[in-house]
Amino acid sequence: MLREALISLLKTLFPDGQVREETQYPELLVPNTRWLEVATTLRNHEDLHLDFLISLTAVDYKDKFTLVIHMESTSFRHLLVVKTDLNDHENPVVDSLSTLWPTAGFHEREVYDLFGIRFSGHTDMRRLFMEEGYGFPLRKDFSDESRVLTLS
Amino acid sequence: MSEAVIRDIIVSESDDYIINMGPQHPSTHGVLRLEVSLMGETVKSVTPHIGYIHRGIEKMCESDSYQQIIHLTDRMDYLSAHMNNEAVCLCVEQALQVEVPERVKYIRTILDELTRLSSHQLWWSAFGMDLGALTTFFYGLRDRELILDIFEESFGSRLLHSFNTPGGLMHDVHPNFQKSVREYLKYFRKKLPEYKQLLTDNVIFRQRTEGVGVMNREMAISYGVTGPSGRGSGYSCDVRKIAPYSAYPLVQFEEKLQTAGDSYARYLVRMDEMWESMHIIDQLIDNIPAGDFTAKMKPVLKLPPGEYFQRVETARGELDVYIVSDGNKTPYRMKFRSPNFSNLFVLNELSAGGKIADLVAISGSLDLVIPDIDR
Repeated sequence: MLREALISLLKTLFPDGQVREETQYPELLVPNTRWLEVATTLRNHEDLHLDFLISLTAVDYKDKFTLVIHMESTSFRHLLVVKTDLNDHENPVVDSLSTLWPTAGFHEREVYDLFGIRFSGHTDMRRLFMEEGYGFPLRKDFSDESRVLTLS
Repeated sequence: MSEAVIRDIIVSESDDYIINMGPQHPSTHGVLRLEVSLMGETVKSVTPHIGYIHRGIEKMCESDSYQQIIHLTDRMDYLSAHMNNEAVCLCVEQALQVEVPERVKYIRTILDELTRLSSHQLWWSAFGMDLGALTTFFYGLRDRELILDIFEESFGSRLLHSFNTPGGLMHDVHPNFQKSVREYLKYFRKKLPEYKQLLTDNVIFRQRTEGVGVMNREMAISYGVTGPSGRGSGYSCDVRKIAPYSAYPLVQFEEKLQTAGDSYARYLVRMDEMWESMHIIDQLIDNIPAGDFTAKMKPVLKLPPGEYFQRVETARGELDVYIVSDGNKTPYRMKFRSPNFSNLFVLNELSAGGKIADLVAISGSLDLVIPDIDR
């Protein structure tokens, strides 16, 4: 789908979301309470059909976390970035998308391992790379002086 | 490691017969532990345990300059070192809106394809060896060695080149580069039919791989399986076609697809890709334009605040680099979407219900490189 058509369709489908147009790919920011619902629409809508979840990751902005999904449609070849903000920095929780994409479950485990964001509805919420009890290294307030060296 | 974790590893709660394949098993090609739950010889489920060589590359990137990051990316998928470097370079160049010289684009693409060729050769060698055909290892390594010689001549290193730098290349290629590559292609065109004779048409090999680990197109997409493994299921996912970069828009090549989705189909895709790689190099090697090997760059690179995303096709699938910049000389957040990470987790689905010997064939046909999973 063409970029303009995609943007106008997103605006009509998600009136409570914010669409950013000036970025590399169209971006959609939605409230975290509607995370699963929005993802379901994006995946199943016949004109969007965003069936390939490229990556699911997070960014720590110190006062909030932002979840970022890059997804592509294998039939129309348009790419969309979907984001949601998690304002609870201590104990962030959001719905899991592992029922929609099996690959999302493993990306979510990685995000949990690195950021400590929990995904409700995930059947296997264990650490992926590091052992239980280790901190969440990609949080900006993480410190481990004995093992993490800052290079300059 | 806490006591509870150790207890979990030793005593499984279920009554299944559990075998740990790895972390030091030869067929895992690295430190990967597969917890295989068995019923007799039949696999009930496979749980991958990863993280044995997690080095925190994404964390390290947050305190490194963009030129330094290049050297970390080699260490992810070490068999696609050149493509990993290129992904970061393209992302930084896109952010700074730098147009690299034509010469750089040509050389990068030739090196991409040479790297792909050498990676597929090593995969072919190891895949044959996993299934008990030891000769393939000697054939494959013999031919791969000569590509590494070309790399050594031009970059001084054989495996981890770090030859790309934002804006171009570290230095120009060796004056013999074109001659060496042409000679190599002439040589390997004669050798590749031997691969076919030895393994592709081998009855035992075909019985071990045909109909084993069947992945359909929907499964490939929903698990995010890309690269030759995805194309073996008829899923057209070649980033070189979807979002062409460097000199790929200038060359003619086919995206090789198979529809069967079994281990043999994934094997055939890689064999066809080797011919296709040579075809791409053929079109470029004689017309490398003269000129600079790098664009004019500032010594300290500061990306404008914003988010940048770059897709690159490595030998194993789609590698994406996602940079969040706040305007400093180091990235605020750097994410690598590595192809092997997604490809690994389809293993359970493919091997459940099959025999334990097929697990080796399936994991071999997915062509996993473990440092790329752990990062």
